[in-house]
Amino acid sequence: MRRLPKAVEIGLIPLINLTLAFIISGLVVLWIGENPLEALYIIIKGSVGSAYGWGYTLYYATNFVFTGLAVAVAFHARMFNIGGEGQATLGGLGAALVCLSIEWPHWTLAFPAAIAGAGLFGAAWAAIPAWLQARKGSHIVITTIMFNFIASALLVYLLVNVLKAPGQMAPETVNFPKGAHLPTAHEMLAWFGVSFPKSPPVNISFLLAIAASFFVWALIWRTRLGYAIRAFGFSEPAAVYAGISPFRVIMASMLISGCLAGMMAVNSVVGEAERLLIDAVQGAGFVGIAVALMGRSHPAGTFLAAILFGVLYQGGVELEFEMPAVSREMIVVIQALVIMFTGALDNMIRIPLERLYFRKVS
Amino acid sequence: MDFATLIQILDSMLRLSAPLIFACLAGLFSERAGIFDIGLEGKMLASAFFSAAVAASTGSVWAGMACGVFASMVLAALHGAASITFRGNQLISGVAINFFASGMTALIGQNWFKLGGRTPSLSGDSRFLPLEWPLAETIGAIPLVGSVYSELLSGHTLLVYVALLAAPVSWWVLFRTRFGLRLRAVGENPEAVDTGGLSVAGLRYRATLICGLLCGLGGAYLSTGFAAGFIRDMTAGKGFIALAALIFAKWRPGYALFACLLFGLLEAIAIRFQSIEISGVGTVPLQLMQALPYILTVIILAGFVGRAIPPRAGGEPYIKER
Repeated sequence: MRRLPKAVEIGLIPLINLTLAFIISGLVVLWIGENPLEALYIIIKGSVGSAYGWGYTLYYATNFVFTGLAVAVAFHARMFNIGGEGQATLGGLGAALVCLSIEWPHWTLAFPAAIAGAGLFGAAWAAIPAWLQARKGSHIVITTIMFNFIASALLVYLLVNVLKAPGQMAPETVNFPKGAHLPTAHEMLAWFGVSFPKSPPVNISFLLAIAASFFVWALIWRTRLGYAIRAFGFSEPAAVYAGISPFRVIMASMLISGCLAGMMAVNSVVGEAERLLIDAVQGAGFVGIAVALMGRSHPAGTFLAAILFGVLYQGGVELEFEMPAVSREMIVVIQALVIMFTGALDNMIRIPLERLYFRKVS
Repeated sequence: MDFATLIQILDSMLRLSAPLIFACLAGLFSERAGIFDIGLEGKMLASAFFSAAVAASTGSVWAGMACGVFASMVLAALHGAASITFRGNQLISGVAINFFASGMTALIGQNWFKLGGRTPSLSGDSRFLPLEWPLAETIGAIPLVGSVYSELLSGHTLLVYVALLAAPVSWWVLFRTRFGLRLRAVGENPEAVDTGGLSVAGLRYRATLICGLLCGLGGAYLSTGFAAGFIRDMTAGKGFIALAALIFAKWRPGYALFACLLFGLLEAIAIRFQSIEISGVGTVPLQLMQALPYILTVIILAGFVGRAIPPRAGGEPYIKER
């Protein structure tokens, strides 16, 4: 089989796809009656033009790194885990239960405990669809969609009936104890005498996200399990012939995927809100799909794509503020176009490029 | 629970089931032809918005519905292009369409009407009004049976009746016409259809467009029949419940109708009672009722109650041999 060179595969094609998505987004802005270049300028200035902007951009990006890696790991086993939203919801529940369980003396103890709680609950929520796929052949996409809805109903029930702070109307838990407060960028940089604005919610979880990216890279390309996952994703019959158990691969990849999605809650629930709210995930589970597709399921690509989406989310807030005609939903449209072009319409670019390239070679 | 309450619940079941039936049958045509479609939600949403927006501007619900259905079919054609012509991942395309519809409707809605993503509320000719059946009042006076006629059957908007009729019509099209046979064949064994000299792509495009048409009717009903205007993300997961119903019905039209009615009934009960006391068990929380369609579908998928086997070529792009 003839193949395009790697630079075209991981550089040029995603770039063209992304450019197309942004051109169409620009046309949408133009159609609404605003200047797309000005909108772009506002987005960039609002997200990376100041330390304050960076603080929010990296906060959003941290969420998307986790959900993106979750989708990416599952993609390597050719599983489409669309349930990041539900797994992150459950991750939030796990993290909240851990943080509320005892009066944490110091964040160095609460942080690993919260990671464990969030990861465990996220993985548990992915376990049932994974088992159904591996043993019963039930399509993972459908079951994870169903589990997203079940998770949201479960969380609403728990928050309204069980976990709600006493004497309060809003369905949210009491604030986590002081000892469970994770250091923000403001506090961490102050240790080194660097000043950083106080309000942005970016916190130590960003470092966890970087660590998670390294972990996924090492897992997929440097371990036996990663080899099994890739082999299975590439060809199931070949993997089975090589003695790889499909059941093990499906379960392992989905549990790791759910665990990563759940860990997003360490950033959003423990790091930012410091209490459990309804809808703490806010669609980050779905952004993960766009991020993983853009990053070609590679941790480095996923990380960069997550930063890009962080820029879009933070820039989108500023955009709505400065250009009221373009509301925040513009970001959802861009997200949709990125998913469409990099995911579903990939061949639209690839086929002509292949034709062009191989004609030149021969 | 008295008889009048029962009639009221069944009445609201019909109204709540109608959009599910449209979307479920839409998914049926698409998936039977081998195109997975998780973008039912987005297509319904797009149609709901354009139906309400155009109806509000022109004052004609028919113009609204035509535009809504057109919008839904444009998205269906896009899904078709991605999954048939460009052989892309059908699930990813569906996800993208859902987001696209959710974002665009809110964006354009805010831009056109400046009402926070809503359309102005519709009245008179700009929405579908309940149809009173002949002699509803006279027959309604008869005890018990009368209220079945006057309350339950009469007094729905046109599209509710269309939805109820669409199920048997779909069955007839899929199982009693040549087109239906070919459509099902293309979802099971496209090579055979291709060998028979028929165009696999052509048949699949037709199936996706029918899917768009039906989703469009479902969306139009939501914003101009069921409600009086569009609000942001008003489909609220109905497309996914319809998808669940489709699996629950194991991709068969008759069962699909009953699955949608069942899920509509669950919703009606949840709305009517909020929480239900069952003696000996305790209260059933509202959220459990809301989650029940999804839980039931997972149980069906798990194979505990018979096996749900999807069309064999579903989700696979067809590559013609060279």
